[in-house]
Amino acid sequence: MARPPRPAVRAALWLSLLAVPYGLPSPYHLHVLIMAGIFAILAQSLNLLLGYTGLLSLGHAAFFGIGAYASALLALRIGWPFAAGFVAAVVLAAGSGYLIGRLAIRLRGAYFVLVTLSFAGVVSLVAVNWMSLTNGPLGLPGIPPAELLGFAFVTKRAAYYLVLGVAAGAYLLCARLVRSRIGRALLALRENEALAASVGVDGTRYLALATVLSAGLAGAAGSLYAHYTRFVSPEVFLFSYTVTMVVMVVAGGKGTLVGPVVGAVIFTVLPEALRELASWQWQMLLYGVLLILTLFFLPRGIVPSLAAGRERR
Amino acid sequence: MSLVVRDLAVSFGGVAALAGVTFRVEPGTITSLIGPNGAGKTTAFDAITGYVRPLRGEIGYGDAVLTGLRPCDIAARGIVRTFQRTSVFARLTVLDNVLTGLHLRGTSTLAAILGGSRTVRVEEARLAREAEAILALVGLADRRGRRAAELAGGEQRLLELAIALAAGPRLLLLDEPAAGLTAAEKLAVTGLIRTIRDRGVTVLLVEHDMRLVMGVSQHVIVLNGGLVIAEGPPAAVQASPAVIRAYLGQGAR
Amino acid sequence: MEALLQHLLNGVVLGGTYALLGIGLTLIFGLMNVVNFAHGEFYTLGAYLTFAATSLLRIDFFPAIAVAIVGGGLAGAICEWALLRPLLRESIDTTMLVTIGLWIALQNGELLAWGGVARSIPHPFPTAPLVIGPVSLAPLRLVVLGAALLLILGAHCLIHRTPLGLALRATFEDGETAALMGVDIGRMRTLTFAVGSGLAAAAGALLGPIFLVYPAMGDLAALKAFSIVILGGLGNFAGATLGGLILGVAEELGAGYVSSGYRDAVGFVIIILVLLCRPSGLFARAGRVG
Repeated sequence: MARPPRPAVRAALWLSLLAVPYGLPSPYHLHVLIMAGIFAILAQSLNLLLGYTGLLSLGHAAFFGIGAYASALLALRIGWPFAAGFVAAVVLAAGSGYLIGRLAIRLRGAYFVLVTLSFAGVVSLVAVNWMSLTNGPLGLPGIPPAELLGFAFVTKRAAYYLVLGVAAGAYLLCARLVRSRIGRALLALRENEALAASVGVDGTRYLALATVLSAGLAGAAGSLYAHYTRFVSPEVFLFSYTVTMVVMVVAGGKGTLVGPVVGAVIFTVLPEALRELASWQWQMLLYGVLLILTLFFLPRGIVPSLAAGRERR
Repeated sequence: MSLVVRDLAVSFGGVAALAGVTFRVEPGTITSLIGPNGAGKTTAFDAITGYVRPLRGEIGYGDAVLTGLRPCDIAARGIVRTFQRTSVFARLTVLDNVLTGLHLRGTSTLAAILGGSRTVRVEEARLAREAEAILALVGLADRRGRRAAELAGGEQRLLELAIALAAGPRLLLLDEPAAGLTAAEKLAVTGLIRTIRDRGVTVLLVEHDMRLVMGVSQHVIVLNGGLVIAEGPPAAVQASPAVIRAYLGQGAR
Repeated sequence: MEALLQHLLNGVVLGGTYALLGIGLTLIFGLMNVVNFAHGEFYTLGAYLTFAATSLLRIDFFPAIAVAIVGGGLAGAICEWALLRPLLRESIDTTMLVTIGLWIALQNGELLAWGGVARSIPHPFPTAPLVIGPVSLAPLRLVVLGAALLLILGAHCLIHRTPLGLALRATFEDGETAALMGVDIGRMRTLTFAVGSGLAAAAGALLGPIFLVYPAMGDLAALKAFSIVILGGLGNFAGATLGGLILGVAEELGAGYVSSGYRDAVGFVIIILVLLCRPSGLFARAGRVG
């Protein structure tokens, strides 16, 4: 498995990440980075399932949306503080992940994909139709900004640091998990489930664990999203979000720690950069083509291919 | 502890792979399960270790009843098996393969792992040492950084053995461990099997190489057509007319 | 009572076309073991081809449908040959992801080509509904049902009554033996995918005039196709036909008696319930599930 980067490299990276808001020409650029950060959390959550456990979930937008709606509703309707809402969002998303994990016990491969897709479909329909709870297609505006211990993350700069903190935390948790015996158990399930069982790896238990953690992380991203954009609507369940996540993970490098983060940054920054040149539809078309090309030519993703290239020299 | 198999029957779509076999494997021995192709040997392994649900019969290990348990639970009770077709974690390194095999030997909880607790680091160091010891035992220590898929066939078989050993079995079921090995490699594997037995692990072996079987086993069980047709010490079994008929009757091997 | 019969009738009409979707996917998913997430896009393609043929090229209704089916089949053949054949030895995950990529690319391609505004397909049938006792049926729907049944019958005959169909079934039952008997496996795979996609296109062409045509229409269609295949059992032709009818009727009854907003949820719920309780499908013979 990959070794953690040298301390000097790490320090330089942190310094640049912390200093970035002061070096950008406009708040719009910071907005793009914030969204990249939120997607980085999402991509990492999907990677836990797709990259490490080997299960493709096409319903991840559902966990994201559940987190977003939970956090928003608790703040708007009951006046819960952000911290409590954030935790609740994670717990609720993780809970639905547990449901999927337990329901899908015997399902692998395509069947798992279908169950996750169906789940997302049902959740999406509920969000649209249960007007009294979710306000339907009109969505929930006016969500208060995140705040901790009295400090409200109103400015973009503050939001950036909050998202950076959570993204870094997510990365740390994923790194610790992946390098542990539980991480090895997940990889074993991906590689050879029968062999894994023969040495005592409990497939159902770890599958449920992976879905719970993965969904919880996605819920965290959802909560951040809700309190940053201050508006949540059933559009969070749009399939294009799931697609974007999948492309980020697969093209970035599934089964690696850095790959999804790199993928998230590339596929958030690039579309914005190209916004002048091409419309959103062209982008999505490009994503589809890119996904296919990646699978043909860079099947392991950008980061592993770069690493392999460096190793060979 | 003895492994007791009583009236085990397994059927696939109406065809009886095992028609009611009964045998015992005594602790501290090397026992071999032999028989012509299709006799039901691998099926017996699959049933004992929970990969296949038997039609009837009981499997017991000491006081524990194994019938109906899942493979991972059976492994937790100290019974580990290898597979007929080479089974390794292809994309993981040799070291990671063995570390994965050590899964049951670790106790770190999710909370401790996510929290970055020191006990996790201590345990990881211990597991790494144990993995190195196992790799040294099977002779793969210098391959530790290679991906399992890059190993030669014989080396992969050794890796399989290492992974199974890592799980800390009290009873080890080896499914054709010498299949596809060169003469020198077979010698090494035979030596390993004896070393494993000497460390207190009971070994149940399925093999086609008769010289290996007769040379290493204390006890031999012969299956044919889903039934036990003979059992006893190697010399007695070799001389048994029923066994000779079973093998010759299948045509020249 | 009349309402119930009306719902049932509408359900059967819908179900007939759903059956086409399901049969197409059961050929691809069930026989070829390709998890084709782009199946819905061939459905959309069929609808758009019909639209283009009737509105832009001024071709008559039935020939336009034929154009759509052939076009869909051709597109399927090209996709199989270009994208799936090279990746044959890869894991099923890779194939899944490739079809997902195809799904995204095709849908947004259609969005770019036709815009997001929904189109309607003109048809030559009178709009006044036929009244048959307690129920009424638009002539268009009757025609659609008839065409669907004809196509189902045709597909059934192709698969079960022709030498070609035999070769097809042999390919997926035991590829090696079939190859030894002189069957061109590659060509069979392409053909199967083409037939499956052509049937999806047919469903789109037939449902297009009833509902509207828009780029995202394939998303729900794809999921419904999967739910039909799962319900009927993988590779089970008759099961897919019945499954399609069941889904159509269930949707209409759900929309009529429960809530129209949740009508599309029926397909999702079926998937979840069947996969949980009886993964091999309602009609498949009991056996080991992969």
